[in-house]
Amino acid sequence: MKLYLKIWRQKNADSKGSMVDYTLDGVESDMSFLEMLDILNEELISKGEEPVEFDHDCREGICGTCSLMINGQPHGPDSRITVCQLHMRSFNDGDEIVIEPWRATAFPVIKDLIVDRTAFDRIQQAGGYISVNTSGRPVDANAIPIEKEMADKSFNAATCIGCGACVAACKNASAMLFTSAKVSQFALLPQGQVEAAERVQNMVRQMDLEGFGNCTNTGACEVECPKGISLENIARMNREYLSASVKG
Amino acid sequence: MGKLDSKVPAGPLADKWTKHKNEIDLVNPANKRNIDIIVVGTGLAGGSAAATLAELGYNVKTFCYQDSPRRAHSIAAQGGVNAAKNYQGDGDSVYRLFYDTIKGGDYRSREANVHRLAEVSTNIIDQCVAQGVPFAREYGGLLDNRSFGGVLVSRTFYAKGQTGQQLLLGAYSAMNRQIQRGKIKSYTRHEMLDLVLVDGKARGIIARDLVSGEIERHSAHAVVLATGGYGNLFFLSTYCMGANVMAAWRAHRKGAYFANPCFTQIHPTCIPVSGDHQSKLTLMSESLRNDGRIWVPAKMEDAEAIRAGKLKPTEIPEENRDYYLERRYPAFGNLVPRDVASRAAKERCDAGYGVNKTGEAVYLDFDAAIMRYGREKALTSGMKNPDDTTVRKLGEEIVEAKYGNLFQMYEKIVDENPYKTPMKIYPAVHYTMGGLWVDYNLQTTIPGCYAAGEANFSDHGANRLGASALMQGLADGYFVLPYTIGDYLSDDIRTGPISTETSEFDEAEKAVRERIEKLMSGSGIHSVDYYHKKLGKIMWNKCGMSRNAKELKEAMKEISELRKDFWENVKIPGTPDSKNQELEKAGRVADFLELGELFAMDALERNESCGGHFREEYQTEEGEALRDDENFKFVSAWEYTGEPSKSKLHKEDLVYENIKVKTRSYK
Repeated sequence: MKLYLKIWRQKNADSKGSMVDYTLDGVESDMSFLEMLDILNEELISKGEEPVEFDHDCREGICGTCSLMINGQPHGPDSRITVCQLHMRSFNDGDEIVIEPWRATAFPVIKDLIVDRTAFDRIQQAGGYISVNTSGRPVDANAIPIEKEMADKSFNAATCIGCGACVAACKNASAMLFTSAKVSQFALLPQGQVEAAERVQNMVRQMDLEGFGNCTNTGACEVECPKGISLENIARMNREYLSASVKG
Repeated sequence: MGKLDSKVPAGPLADKWTKHKNEIDLVNPANKRNIDIIVVGTGLAGGSAAATLAELGYNVKTFCYQDSPRRAHSIAAQGGVNAAKNYQGDGDSVYRLFYDTIKGGDYRSREANVHRLAEVSTNIIDQCVAQGVPFAREYGGLLDNRSFGGVLVSRTFYAKGQTGQQLLLGAYSAMNRQIQRGKIKSYTRHEMLDLVLVDGKARGIIARDLVSGEIERHSAHAVVLATGGYGNLFFLSTYCMGANVMAAWRAHRKGAYFANPCFTQIHPTCIPVSGDHQSKLTLMSESLRNDGRIWVPAKMEDAEAIRAGKLKPTEIPEENRDYYLERRYPAFGNLVPRDVASRAAKERCDAGYGVNKTGEAVYLDFDAAIMRYGREKALTSGMKNPDDTTVRKLGEEIVEAKYGNLFQMYEKIVDENPYKTPMKIYPAVHYTMGGLWVDYNLQTTIPGCYAAGEANFSDHGANRLGASALMQGLADGYFVLPYTIGDYLSDDIRTGPISTETSEFDEAEKAVRERIEKLMSGSGIHSVDYYHKKLGKIMWNKCGMSRNAKELKEAMKEISELRKDFWENVKIPGTPDSKNQELEKAGRVADFLELGELFAMDALERNESCGGHFREEYQTEEGEALRDDENFKFVSAWEYTGEPSKSKLHKEDLVYENIKVKTRSYK
């Protein structure tokens, strides 16, 4: 198939970017979206032009590195997948495809389609852990049985890949879904209870400091999340935050 | 040969590690604050080592090329992590895990290391649960287990098909705690380009900030390399796109011996190659072999009809299917080790029974499991005579709960529903058992330079068993290296900070800059990928699942010519002083082009078949690997002397005092 691509090009963080048009022929339907971009880049390199830079690594939907806005949708038109799992069979011959980076104040563009997501790391550093030393000898893993339902819920929250699609999808560029997933994972487990109050307060404080917007319950984040992280987690974080504030 | 001392402690096998820990030197807490450690790579091994070292009080700097430590490729490990907990009461023990691992590795790993691995395996699970890793649980609230290949017990702990992700996020959270405390400084989007030696000791690295292009100097009292394996040598593999050998190879060029480079794991259950555009291959977890049955058509005409699209697999009756693993290996069936399963798939496809367009695929079929689970569920739900449709529906729900994310991944890539039609799979490069040679303390042949996780060669011999990579990464990082490194650093308590303003750093930086300049000044005919793909083809065709002397010699020559061509003609657009993905790739491929030749030479020198290394000249009448223990029961450790083909071989003889070395049989 033949495609008409409009791609955001930006030299570096300090320069002004713009959309650039490319026409790409010979795309096959069983190629992945990123393989389509690989072919475009090979063409650009052979012409002596700089290839389009985009973030990607595992190419199997788990590392959370890839991050493209395709026709206005984070990770493109298919649901419950990342861009690297998107295949060209989701497109038709002659389609125009608009490809942009995540847009959020807290995610500044580094180059072309690559953004800086270290704000997410700083939120995790503010409290996304259980304070247990790794060199010690903790109790036996089976000493504390955990109800399967709670363990499964905790796991579901823990499957967040930190890609940032939730922020990109949100009109307020809020990071509530991301932050609440980690808060929930620990809030649902007995091991996480001890530091629960401190954790939620610290993580939310950092989230605000980074310049992410507020949550207005639109739910776009849940729809676009490639891992199906549930809005329930935001509700749980709000409860955790409230009860932590009351405890003071 | 004086350099190759494995430093395995004396005494009975089961006491070695405890005794060693009691006897090695320690650094007191006040002095740890004056010691700096660099950790390169932040996967399971690097992340857990960095967190633990920082907790102990050392000042740690971590480096990763990804934008966050959380994205290292350990995250993609699906199936699980082994531990000799014996929660299932099925006869598991530390000894049995030790034995299975040595046997699985085809008697080419070091006894003492493997026993230590089995000993600390149980701590890993305790540690991870304490950190809040949400492992799968049974209804009673206790941890669930499943089976993996090459063993007869259920000792694998898992978190659906995302075990690696959950363990890595555990290590990442432990790192975050130390970053917040100021004990770890994390450098992301940074790549190590060289190791700096001062008076023969590893004292720092030269790194490139991948965003600004700046070349930086970082010093430390010791350097830990936890940079994973080198499977991307084959271009197509289940590795992430950025995985590379640069850190390990740079250390090799500075004096670290490279061990068993030809020991590569080709994983039997991956989604087959679909075309030339393909950039990577996707694994379907080995855990699927708990329930999936592997087969090809028994009749040639059926195989031909399937390839021509005239027949569907579901239309082939039971009696016309060849469940070749169950046929050849009745004791282990579909759960034979990976090397055995891969070779068996290749054998059937080479014989003409392959099932997709290319003829290079076999079926992994869940139909029997779906019906079995469905019937069980129907019975426990009180249904008396459920019809097949109901049973199938119930069974599909159970299979979905177990492997849902894997089935979804398959469907997205292949566009077929694996609940309704068997998956098509074929072997692909997945892991490298070879790596930097390390002693019992995980120290390379360069004092102060350590290697952990997949980057070292130590525990898996010639074939790694499933769910053992996560175990080894975390064992090295959480429980081994933080102790053993103290023994070395105890001599450094009075050294003080290492200056980066020395002639050694000057020279290392100059060499790095010259190399980048040389890469950028290629005549500009072909892209980096052009060379990488060519290298991959040579590796796969001549150094892959089966090897012979003639083709290995050809591979060495072809790789050497390709390397020359690369340095003359590679084309890298842009500039080195900014973000430049092509330059990043070029540096990595340049090192693969050296390692590839050493790989082929190592395979050529090893005149036997063992584990994943199958030499066509050395096989039994039944086509099984034929080891030569008399002449090859050693670790090949290669010393760099200026050219890969002129590398010097050192041998570490493997001594088995606790296990009787015999022919590996899974029949």
